[in-house]
Amino acid sequence: MTSILAVDDSASMRQMVSFTLRSSGYDVIEAIDGQDALDKIGDRHVDLVLTDQNMPRMDGLTLIRELRCVDRFKRTPILMLTTESSDEMKQAGRAAGATGWMVKPFDPQRLLEIISKVLPN
Amino acid sequence: MNARANAVVNAVVERPREYLTFRLGEEEYGIDILKVQEIRGYEQPTRIANAPSFIKGVVNLRGVIVPIVDMRLKFGLGSAEYNDFTVVIILNLGARVVGMVVDSVSDVMELSPEQIRDTPEIDSVVDSSYITGLGTLNDRMLILIAIEKLMGTAEMALA
Amino acid sequence: MSDTHTSESSGDVFDLSQFHGVFYEEAGENLTSMEALLLETDESNADDESLNAIFRCAHSIKGGAATFGFQDVADLTHVMETLLDRLRRRELAITSGMIDTLLESGDVLKHLLASRQSGTDAGIDCTELVARIGAFAHGTGAAAPAAVAPVAAATAAPVAASMTEAPAAASASPAAAPLAPGERVLEIAIGPLDQPRLADNVVELFGEIPGLGTIEPSDDGKPDAAQTRHFRVVSTVTDSDLLDLFSFHVSREQVSIREVGAAATAVATPVATPVATPEADQTFGLFEDLPEPVAAGVQAPAAVVVAAPKAEAPRAADRAAPASANLESSTIRVPTEKVDQLINLVGEMVITQAMLAQTGRGLDAVVHQAMATALTDLERNTRLLQEAVMAIRMIPMTAVFNRFPRMLRDLSGRLGKKLELHTIGEDTELDKGLIEKITDPLTHLVRNSADHGIEMPADRIAAGKPEHGTVTLAAAHQGGSIVIEVRDDGRGLNRAKLLAKARERGLSVSDSMSDTEVYGLIFAPGFSTAAEVTDVSGRGVGMDVVKRNITSLGGSVEIDSVEGQGMRVSVRLPLTLAIMDGMSVGVADETYIVPLASVVESIHMTASDVKSVGGTGRVVEVRNEYLPLIRLDELFDVPRSVEHNGGIMIVVEAEGGRIALLVDDLIGQHQVVVKNLEANYRKVPGVSGATILGDGRVALILDVSWLIRRVRH
Repeated sequence: MTSILAVDDSASMRQMVSFTLRSSGYDVIEAIDGQDALDKIGDRHVDLVLTDQNMPRMDGLTLIRELRCVDRFKRTPILMLTTESSDEMKQAGRAAGATGWMVKPFDPQRLLEIISKVLPN
Repeated sequence: MNARANAVVNAVVERPREYLTFRLGEEEYGIDILKVQEIRGYEQPTRIANAPSFIKGVVNLRGVIVPIVDMRLKFGLGSAEYNDFTVVIILNLGARVVGMVVDSVSDVMELSPEQIRDTPEIDSVVDSSYITGLGTLNDRMLILIAIEKLMGTAEMALA
Repeated sequence: MSDTHTSESSGDVFDLSQFHGVFYEEAGENLTSMEALLLETDESNADDESLNAIFRCAHSIKGGAATFGFQDVADLTHVMETLLDRLRRRELAITSGMIDTLLESGDVLKHLLASRQSGTDAGIDCTELVARIGAFAHGTGAAAPAAVAPVAAATAAPVAASMTEAPAAASASPAAAPLAPGERVLEIAIGPLDQPRLADNVVELFGEIPGLGTIEPSDDGKPDAAQTRHFRVVSTVTDSDLLDLFSFHVSREQVSIREVGAAATAVATPVATPVATPEADQTFGLFEDLPEPVAAGVQAPAAVVVAAPKAEAPRAADRAAPASANLESSTIRVPTEKVDQLINLVGEMVITQAMLAQTGRGLDAVVHQAMATALTDLERNTRLLQEAVMAIRMIPMTAVFNRFPRMLRDLSGRLGKKLELHTIGEDTELDKGLIEKITDPLTHLVRNSADHGIEMPADRIAAGKPEHGTVTLAAAHQGGSIVIEVRDDGRGLNRAKLLAKARERGLSVSDSMSDTEVYGLIFAPGFSTAAEVTDVSGRGVGMDVVKRNITSLGGSVEIDSVEGQGMRVSVRLPLTLAIMDGMSVGVADETYIVPLASVVESIHMTASDVKSVGGTGRVVEVRNEYLPLIRLDELFDVPRSVEHNGGIMIVVEAEGGRIALLVDDLIGQHQVVVKNLEANYRKVPGVSGATILGDGRVALILDVSWLIRRVRH
């Protein structure tokens, strides 16, 4: 089963995303911030990462940089969930190694569309 | 005054209602069945110091503390004995649960408005403003009481 | 945005309303954090972590509000976020006007969310508030920003003056990170124009609309061969928004916008997605293959500015995201009704266990050994279960204390006094039910100190006191109670005035009353005049109501004061109303319960130990001290058939006083479930509640505090 890591410090957002993804057959790992995400993935395989930016302890950009240092995450698609699509954000995301970005708010249907675009096969 | 008060109270009684009847001394009384929660035997309550003599104390009713009032003592009717036949009517009056000791409980009777008469000026131990009427059935006379009002008065010392 | 989304392909319906509840709770906590952080912020020395944490609160609420379609909330939080973003990046300095406005916004958000939650219309027009925050955010607010980047200041300043200067500054220093985040440098061509002057109207837009940006002609004011005007613009506004604005004066087809600024390298543009034009779909994009970080000179500082404060914020962060960032322990939210039911059931179980224990005592322990052992185990487990369940409802006093910083800040402004709050022992725990009930009385006491206790700044200085008046809230456990104090360093109470006023009101007083008694007059009904009764929560509240509220919780309240120096109100409450350790005592044929927490010791005695005083009073000597002796059979008028000599003496202590009680027997010690006598009956003097014994009978619980107070008079 395709496995997605969803990182956001807002419980309501996490719940919404998990519900949407699980309803469509994805397996979802939830984390409340970057540090929690790193703790939770352990040795697991993850097919896609969705991460918010502004989080306590470890923010999204730092998480992305950390993930890219891990061999099995070098090629994993990582999408930044961001509230604005400024060039500054894009540059920062690109520099950190994100695969792409998605602007919040998004509706569940859109989320599913984009994920299916981004996932290989 | 009395008749007028009764008319007002009676105006509320429109359709047949059910009354639980009980005895205090020589007299029979009736109260709205909806106010009655249950009927129990008498058990020795826990005395409360400095309470009026007609408040016997409190008992444990499945975890709830309920005061017990002896109506016979309050109204000076009959001799207040406590034996196996003594009955306590547990009333649920919305704001409070109270038990009242009576001599005996009779039956539940349905009275239609026609069977209820105005109360004449009688010399009753129960303040006539709490008597809603006199019910007649066969040759029995029931003194119908607004029990919730009565229990809420200052003289009952429950509040 | 609607709450449900249907997909034609899958037929799924996504009902987002199921997440609303979590969002409301989350938003509520974010608002509470935000308020606390704002109140703590020192304008002259705001720290990064706090500013970031405050930003995150607004940001988080905005994200959820936008996702779930709460547009009014999203709009307000969006502009707050804009301001907070600039503040955390130190582009603006925070001022007390900003703090006040943000606090006000927090209140408005609470209302908006509450209305949403209850399905009613908030009826609040946020336009003015949004504009005010916008003005702060773009530096045209009341406070002059101590701006950091020169260009930021220039673009923020009234635009009319900067039209020619700012863009020049921007273009003069292109490489050294001169642009504020989000700012783009654009070359705009407007034409062909029949009347090139139309383009001037566009220029005026930048003068009329604060925060739009700056515009400078790059063609020296002369149209080119194609009757087209050229301008250089620095703005944070998107192309489509700019076009919207320009279209007031010129038609869209006449406008072309090209981004040339430092932030826009060739890399940025090809992020076009499968979906249409760059300006249409800004909602999703893919970078190309992971390249090396590009244009490190400009981007890296921005990235560092963004990442560093957030990565390091331990303290503020923990405070800022209490619900979602449950860092050390996980929690479950449980409705209080479930907890209450649990407590009731455990209470019933305690009673049943007591009955079993009672029955078990009648059995031969040797014959029924297994039963006896099991009953002992049951008793221990029941007690542990009960303690664990009661602990669930204990929450720290912070729940009460945390409303006071805001209240004092508001009062400061309103009364024109300088007020400071100290809190001590906010970790002290109290049963949730009591916390809810003690909040109003405490609020009134604090307000009383601020209103009547603390003097105006000028008076304080004249009295040699610091200008700031201090209100102190302290909570601590003492035995089986909690003591909460409200202290102030104000003018204190004047004994003579109180006595005079009491006489005026027709209260019976005498000059021989102790200070404590005189101060206690404040609680007498009718003492406060209507003019002095301060309306805390819309209801008329007087000190007498405060005292009544406290005593109805089984507590007591006392005042201490030194004139000119201040006042202290001490509130004592039982830790919990529901369960208590009791000592059951026999008095003739009746059983009473003495709260174990107030028992000092018990001593066998004989009649000769009792000495009489003044004919009616009795005292007994205990450890070289004479204590008043109260016979419980006399106190409660217990009928006796036979005279009783001797008995057991129990020394009890409460409210700083000690007395001795005479009873017949000590029956035992056990936990009692406290039942409310007043639910169906009324308050009985000397009795604080009732409990149900193992045999099902009711026993009354002695109110030791009442007894000691009575003896004092």
